[in-house]
Amino acid sequence: MDKPQLIKKGAEASLYLTDWHRRKVIMKKRLPKKYRPPILDERIRAYRTIHEPQLMHEAKKAGVPTPTIFMIDVKNGMIIMEFIEGKQVKQLLSDAVENVRRDLCIKIGELVGRLHNNGIIHGDLTTSNMILTSEGKIFFVDFGLGEKSRELEARGVDLHLMKRALQSTHFRFTEECFAAVIKGYSRVLDAEAVKKILAKIEEIEKRGRYVSERHKDVMYE
Amino acid sequence: MREKKTHEAYCLGIESTADDFSVGISTFNGEILANIISAYMPEEGGIHPREASRHHAEVASKVLEDAFAKAKIKPQDLSIIAFSQGPGLGPCLRTGATIARALALYLKTPLVGVNHCVAHIEIGKLKTGAIDPITLYVSGGNTIVAAFDSGRYRVFGETLDIALGNCLDVFAREAGLRQKVGVPFGAMVEKFALKGKKFVSLPYTVKGMDTSFSGLLTAAVNLLKHEQCVLEDLCYSLQETAFSMVTEVAERALAHTEKREVLLTGGVAANKRLQSMIKAIAEEHGAEFCVVPSEFAVDNGAMIAWTGVLAYKYGIVTPIEKSFVRLRWRLEEVEVPWINRN
Repeated sequence: MDKPQLIKKGAEASLYLTDWHRRKVIMKKRLPKKYRPPILDERIRAYRTIHEPQLMHEAKKAGVPTPTIFMIDVKNGMIIMEFIEGKQVKQLLSDAVENVRRDLCIKIGELVGRLHNNGIIHGDLTTSNMILTSEGKIFFVDFGLGEKSRELEARGVDLHLMKRALQSTHFRFTEECFAAVIKGYSRVLDAEAVKKILAKIEEIEKRGRYVSERHKDVMYE
Repeated sequence: MREKKTHEAYCLGIESTADDFSVGISTFNGEILANIISAYMPEEGGIHPREASRHHAEVASKVLEDAFAKAKIKPQDLSIIAFSQGPGLGPCLRTGATIARALALYLKTPLVGVNHCVAHIEIGKLKTGAIDPITLYVSGGNTIVAAFDSGRYRVFGETLDIALGNCLDVFAREAGLRQKVGVPFGAMVEKFALKGKKFVSLPYTVKGMDTSFSGLLTAAVNLLKHEQCVLEDLCYSLQETAFSMVTEVAERALAHTEKREVLLTGGVAANKRLQSMIKAIAEEHGAEFCVVPSEFAVDNGAMIAWTGVLAYKYGIVTPIEKSFVRLRWRLEEVEVPWINRN
């Protein structure tokens, strides 16, 4: 492989598969966005290029598999990291039978629990950001929108966004998947903490925007 | 599907979810014969639901009259009555629904309750020719990125707190600007922004596919109150930051769904700067950029009438006893059987 091969053109960054010192690596490049002012553009790209590897490193320490970082280049908004061979959970989840789907979601919930327990918020917990390897490990990728926080609010939003991602991509089994995620999550965090988070998610969903849930409340009253 | 002689069939649509009361008339073929909008303009402050609903009740008969005159048809010519059933402000929705029920009972026509957000997308498609777009719907009450999948419009991203238009409106009010007829707050902010020179750093909040504008608004208002920045620079920076946020989310939805069209609608769609940003990402991904003409991008009765037609053709009617308004009716709860794609 000589030339970097574009494997995914996302909205935020482009991913290239390439060789780097005889290793198969992913080169993640955050290209300038012409639609926004240069100052804002540089701020966003530099911030994410610096923070993403930091969070991935922290996640690894927390016991959540993430690609190894080899190099970062802030000026060019570039990160070189290990290439993880595997399948996107997004595809697997749609094709899997019920118990496989459930086990996957429990495992995912456990990993999210480890992140949160160590003050890491992923920020974009969609099933396309999770890769299952042939050894059965689930790697989390794309921490570009993540942050360090131990606040209940941040954790609640993180899980709430995951639920929303399930609703838009796996709408046929959102409830069952999310319940399994929480089950896995509960293996890491104690019952009291989980209870608080679930209450928080419910509160977030009632904030006007996530409206049908509030409607339900009114009917129960 | 039983179909009537289409050229003879008309639908009247009533829109009253927030500060606008509007009546539109559409043929069953999607020809819009009338679209009369009456906006409620508070002396000061935001929309008071009760005051707005009072305005709606006061102007209703005149707006209806104007619509019939413009369409050159009589009430007896109508085949169906459609109304905006939600989401929106309770008193405002109820005023529109009451009028719709009364008309339907009097004229003995079927009643069709329409989801306001679905209507925005449908009229956008009708007016721009878009077929299967990613829609960015930005207004005073909503900030939604949606696209069709498996029988419904799925919400990919939305605001976690206030709407984009609301953020701009409140900032303008805090800055002491006064709204005039035909010049909404958003247009004033846009005008000031054109004279802005210095970009001021403000909170940029994108969480997953969702956005948050409340922190941005507070920061901008604080800078203004403490006279640390001039209004022009703040309007410019507020717009650039807020628009970059929704553009980023729209681009991610576009990359994710690989749709071929981007539809921009809602009151904020009139903003030229936002248009240029969304156009840029559409081009970047080889998608067509479609912006809904202003008259049909703001809240309007025509969109309700046209969506009523679509629903009615698929056998959807709303019995009077089930026509209660739905203040928090989500876009993704609505089945849209008139779109058939697998």
